Amino acid sequence: MESARAIDYQNDYALGDDQYLTFSLAGEEYGIPILKVQEIRSWDRVTPIPNSPPYIRGVLNLRGLIVPVMDLRLRFNLKEIEYNALTAIVVINVGGRMAGLAVDSVSDVIGVSAHQHCAAPEYEGQKEREFIMGLVQAEGKLLVLLDVERLVGLEVLENATNSGLSR
Amino acid sequence: MATILTVDDTASMRQMISFTLNSAGHEVLQASDGNEALKVLQGKKVDLVICDVNMPNMDGITLVKSLRELVEYKFTPILMLTTESQESKRQQGKSVGATGWIVKPFNPEQLLTIVKKVLK
Amino acid sequence: MAIDMRQFHDTFFEESLEGLAHMETELMHLEKVFASNPDDDSVASNPEIMNTIFRAAHSIKGGSSTFGFGDVAEFSHVLESRLDALRDGRCRPDRHVVNLILKAVDCLRGLIVAARHGKPADMSAVQLVRSQLEALQEDELASSRTRDLPAPSAGSTAAYARWRIYFRPQPQFFHTGNDPLRILRELDGLGVLKVQTDLSGLPAWEEVDAETCYLAWTMELSGEVTRDAILEVFDWVIEDCKLDIEPLPVASDKPQPLVAPDAVHSVDNHSGSIRVSTPKVDALINTVGELVITQSMLSQLADNFTLECLPKLFIGISQLERNTRELQDSVMRIRMLPLSFTFNRFPRLVRDISHKLGKNVDLRISGEQTELDKTIIERISDVLMHLVRNCLDHGIESPAERAAAGKPERGIIELKAYQKSGNVVIEISDDGRGIQRERVFAKAVERGLMSADAKYTSKEIHDLIFLPGFSTAETVSDVSGRGVGMDVVRSNIAELGGGVELDSEEGRGTCFTVRLPLTLAILEGLSVQAGDHVYILPLVSIIESIRLTDDQISRPAGGNEIFALRQEYLPLVRLHDLFHLKSRPTSLGQGIIVVIEADGKKAGLYVDDLLGQQQVVIKSLETHYHRVEGISAATILGDGTVAMILDASGLVRMAHVPSAVAADAAGSPDSNALMIAGAPANPTGHELRN
Repeated sequence: MESARAIDYQNDYALGDDQYLTFSLAGEEYGIPILKVQEIRSWDRVTPIPNSPPYIRGVLNLRGLIVPVMDLRLRFNLKEIEYNALTAIVVINVGGRMAGLAVDSVSDVIGVSAHQHCAAPEYEGQKEREFIMGLVQAEGKLLVLLDVERLVGLEVLENATNSGLSR
Repeated sequence: MATILTVDDTASMRQMISFTLNSAGHEVLQASDGNEALKVLQGKKVDLVICDVNMPNMDGITLVKSLRELVEYKFTPILMLTTESQESKRQQGKSVGATGWIVKPFNPEQLLTIVKKVLK
Repeated sequence: MAIDMRQFHDTFFEESLEGLAHMETELMHLEKVFASNPDDDSVASNPEIMNTIFRAAHSIKGGSSTFGFGDVAEFSHVLESRLDALRDGRCRPDRHVVNLILKAVDCLRGLIVAARHGKPADMSAVQLVRSQLEALQEDELASSRTRDLPAPSAGSTAAYARWRIYFRPQPQFFHTGNDPLRILRELDGLGVLKVQTDLSGLPAWEEVDAETCYLAWTMELSGEVTRDAILEVFDWVIEDCKLDIEPLPVASDKPQPLVAPDAVHSVDNHSGSIRVSTPKVDALINTVGELVITQSMLSQLADNFTLECLPKLFIGISQLERNTRELQDSVMRIRMLPLSFTFNRFPRLVRDISHKLGKNVDLRISGEQTELDKTIIERISDVLMHLVRNCLDHGIESPAERAAAGKPERGIIELKAYQKSGNVVIEISDDGRGIQRERVFAKAVERGLMSADAKYTSKEIHDLIFLPGFSTAETVSDVSGRGVGMDVVRSNIAELGGGVELDSEEGRGTCFTVRLPLTLAILEGLSVQAGDHVYILPLVSIIESIRLTDDQISRPAGGNEIFALRQEYLPLVRLHDLFHLKSRPTSLGQGIIVVIEADGKKAGLYVDDLLGQQQVVIKSLETHYHRVEGISAATILGDGTVAMILDASGLVRMAHVPSAVAADAAGSPDSNALMIAGAPANPTGHELRN
């Protein structure tokens, strides 16, 4: 368990001594709460969903469940790459809704305690800021902690399904 | 423990009685009316019969009467499930040989107490 | 040890609601019998009818008080006493009485449903009916047969330290299964008991009959015990013995504690359950058994596999296929319930509404044993009711009108159900006035939907009633036409994967035909190839498939592409455009046009190739994603990949919309997307993933 000097960002909520699954994306390290991670799969055949946003690659068959897969590089406006056997899909489960996040590779699980978070300075890449829960220094590298609910746009998804977009 | 037959046309009552008596270690047989009760009893011996009064095909009173005509059940305790207002039914039951009655509504504890008293 | 009564609640609710349905049927039966012979004592000559009705109410009363549903118990108690009056002949089952009792049944149903969902019931209606029940005239005898539940007996509350009890059972005492020893044991439990046996009644040994009771007992019971407590021990046998109870007074005034039954009020979560007939379960068990055999056979083969085993392997696999299909059938059959579950409500409905409208209607039901998936039955129920109400309201004429038209005074509404080629068909027909072509046409012209001088087929005019807000009723009666229009009926049926058609002849009658799939979970589909992927098209929406060449397509006024099919012109839907697929055939002739139909409209769907027919399991896309226009669900193919199931209704709808609008609506990711933070809003400037 790495002790890390953390940078608190948006909200004041106490994170406690949480465990995060870390993965890399275009050279950057990111982390998501381990409690929200259901499993990790290797890249598999994905069926595209017609007229979906570009960062939604499609859906895959997770033991009989139809789960959408999001390409995080495209979500963050990073350069798109060809997926191969090293590519991992992190399957998250937020309140019963599941989604797969396609990332370059999965790293480690690290523990972060509340007082280690602190606010981040303003920096370019404004769009990603919405998904960032905090920044942490780990092993000399900067770790970006992601807000999974925001990432998968679940609140908005809820609104979309409720407002009659789907019937 | 004992083998008890419960006869009632409502499944929920049978289930509740069955479950309650099972939890005290008794074996419970079920029937939904008098006719079925007599069938169920063939080739078996029970230590106690608990039956409802109002049932289709063969009601409780007739069942008690029929049971008392069988040698094996001449002295077996038979309890009828009645409601407060069915005084005449209770009398009728007694006249054809019922041992006693349990008044509805009853809770599981009351049932267990009465059964315990009646079984040797 | 506490037993949780909640586990029995579901059963109680189910059987009570069933009981109420029986009551209804029998009450209406009784009413008919009485109406045809008012002077006869219909109740006495049809004892079984009354007994069934009474038993149902009695069971509900007993169960509800046992399981602690006070409101239900009280109300059913009042109802039961009225039914008693009916049974005795103190009351006659004329229309007024039967109406009141049917209303009481409704109240009781409401109370039970409220209890089931843990919500408070509407007591105002209940109070009203209750007071009406209580006011029902009793012809002769004042009844004290039914008393209110008496308060627990306040007997003597004096407790004495010593009692003298003399107990002499009568000779036949054993014949009721009672045992004096039990009584002695119980008395012993109340305090300290000293017993003296009185053997004076014993005859000489040779004359002793084991089945006769000769003994008596004199006892002294010490302890703070009330007379009531002692009497309670003798409760069952008080008339079968000589009993003397004498106190040996001490002073005390302890009130006897009353033991109240536990009021188990609980919130019941109705989780949805199915009652399955035993034969169905047996069939399932058999099939699974065969599956196990096949599996072990294949397993054995795998253990020592050589190429010589190949023929056996093929046999095994085809057996597996058969087993799987049978298993699937068996399991689906478990979810199937006969339509009678829904049809049962209609006699009552028809009776009530026809009375209200002053019309005479006979309801004929056939095919009610036709089975349908439980979920579909639940959801089709309201639709069917709406259609029947429609017949009653708009279809069947008043008796005067019918007489003037030379029709029999009693109108007929027929509910027919049967299975046909993988679907269940329900026909709702009446012999009423039929759809008034001229009135509907006039309304359509008024609304600008049709032009006054064009010629339309009857079918086209009939179809108009499925449009939203379309009602030609002059006054919107409170029976139907309450804004819940035929369009909702059609879309509800479409949501279930079915369709509705209507056929009508003025002056003769109308017939609605509802088609429903056997189950919601499985779809008979045609797999088609478009772009790089496979899509499934529901077989039920496919009419035919044709090949066309580019010159057979025209684009009148630069609008939608259309083609001619026999006498009609149909719009062309290019799936590649709709879904923005990358690879596509270069000319029309390289692909195939599948003519599909939904909601009475047709379209031609252009795809690369037809792959074959297959049954697929429907999997929701909306569980973890959301609805996509043109796609109804997804499925998993044999190779483990996901395939999209096309929504014929949506495709046809998009086909009939002007092209520019359709492409925009379909093509914009925003309309279907998750929140986009950082992705460009303009789809055309960005490579869409497909």
